[in-house]
Amino acid sequence: MQIVREQDVVLFRNRVREYSTKIGMSLVNQTKLITAASELVRNMLKYANGGQVVIEIISKSAQNGVRLTFTDQGPGIADIQQAMQDGFSTGKSLGLGLPGAKRLVNEFDIQSKPGEGTRVTVIHWKHGR
Amino acid sequence: MNTTAQLLHSKKKTILESWMSNQLSDQGLRDDLISNEELHKQSDELLNGLARAMATGNTDNIYAAEYEPITEILSDISITRARQGFSPRETGMYVLSLKKAIADALEQELAGQHEQLYKEVMMVNRLLDSLSVVTFETFIKGREEVILRQSDEISEISTPVIKVWEGILALPIIGTLDSARTQVVMESLLQEIVNTGSNIAILDISGVPAVDSLVAQHLIKTVSATRLMGAECIISGIRAEIAQTIVHLGIDLSNIKTKASLASALQLAFSMNRIEVKSHSKSTTFGFKR
Repeated sequence: MQIVREQDVVLFRNRVREYSTKIGMSLVNQTKLITAASELVRNMLKYANGGQVVIEIISKSAQNGVRLTFTDQGPGIADIQQAMQDGFSTGKSLGLGLPGAKRLVNEFDIQSKPGEGTRVTVIHWKHGR
Repeated sequence: MNTTAQLLHSKKKTILESWMSNQLSDQGLRDDLISNEELHKQSDELLNGLARAMATGNTDNIYAAEYEPITEILSDISITRARQGFSPRETGMYVLSLKKAIADALEQELAGQHEQLYKEVMMVNRLLDSLSVVTFETFIKGREEVILRQSDEISEISTPVIKVWEGILALPIIGTLDSARTQVVMESLLQEIVNTGSNIAILDISGVPAVDSLVAQHLIKTVSATRLMGAECIISGIRAEIAQTIVHLGIDLSNIKTKASLASALQLAFSMNRIEVKSHSKSTTFGFKR
């Protein structure tokens, strides 16, 4: 789905909740995934003026999970390692969004080049493992 | 000049009349929402515009300058209709019923010249189809504006500050905490601290569906502002799953007093203000129950 406004964040979170309820994810894992999703989608809005998110249900060895792919055409991240550090922020925020989201989900992948936008993929399994 | 454009000039009256009767015969027409005269005026205006635009020879591109007055009239009509509570069907039928009126007139005019009739009808079809798409786009936009306004209103009304005891304020936050909301919350809380001279404020976040770093940052800001006013802040209503999430995110809330429920926050506030709440007799409790 397209994310262009701040109002879309709530809508998107509800979508993620729907999908994770569908595969029977527990409340704690749901909350973790939703919070991570919320961090990433807010980043997208703030730094890239919006972008696109794909929500998918995937399965691996009899376990279901939710995969979220965030794609934007924003300015990109110059130093990913630095961006993944706690407390680093180019905006005036806490600097916990990216590293926090990484800690909240099972699998986290970020690809970005300056000037070409950013693509973040996160996967959270049903049992959180 | 093509036949349809000529026809729109010469037989404008007939077309308008048959269009009007098409509109009026529609079962779904809401004559309670719009008067016949108004409908007539709107339709007349639109038809005039259409005749002018088609006379220029452009019958394909409705985004060209000569169609601007038409799309403007249509947008106007559909936005007002969206606000008045018309259904999408009624709004869509408005343009689509014109198609039939023009096609009827063409059929009379070009009786016997099948090939030309076909060409003209197809052209009218295409043109009016794209115009009805415009109608729909603006109709939906009008509806969305209504929704946006409502969501603004919801965020406005859902931040009450309650005085629960002498010197103790409670502020139940319901819904997502974004920058605009925080501003409202902070303003009303600080104002109420001044008004009541309270020294303890309880922020209850049981109704906040997700606490991410932005929400936490807003909470921390509110707490520091309260402290600057000389009041202490307690955050209550932190659910188990939210506690775990906050820890994983790495948000440091350790220098803020937090409680799991509003009741335990209230208890803490009582002990901070040295207020004791006792049960008077065995059946009646005063204040709150433990």
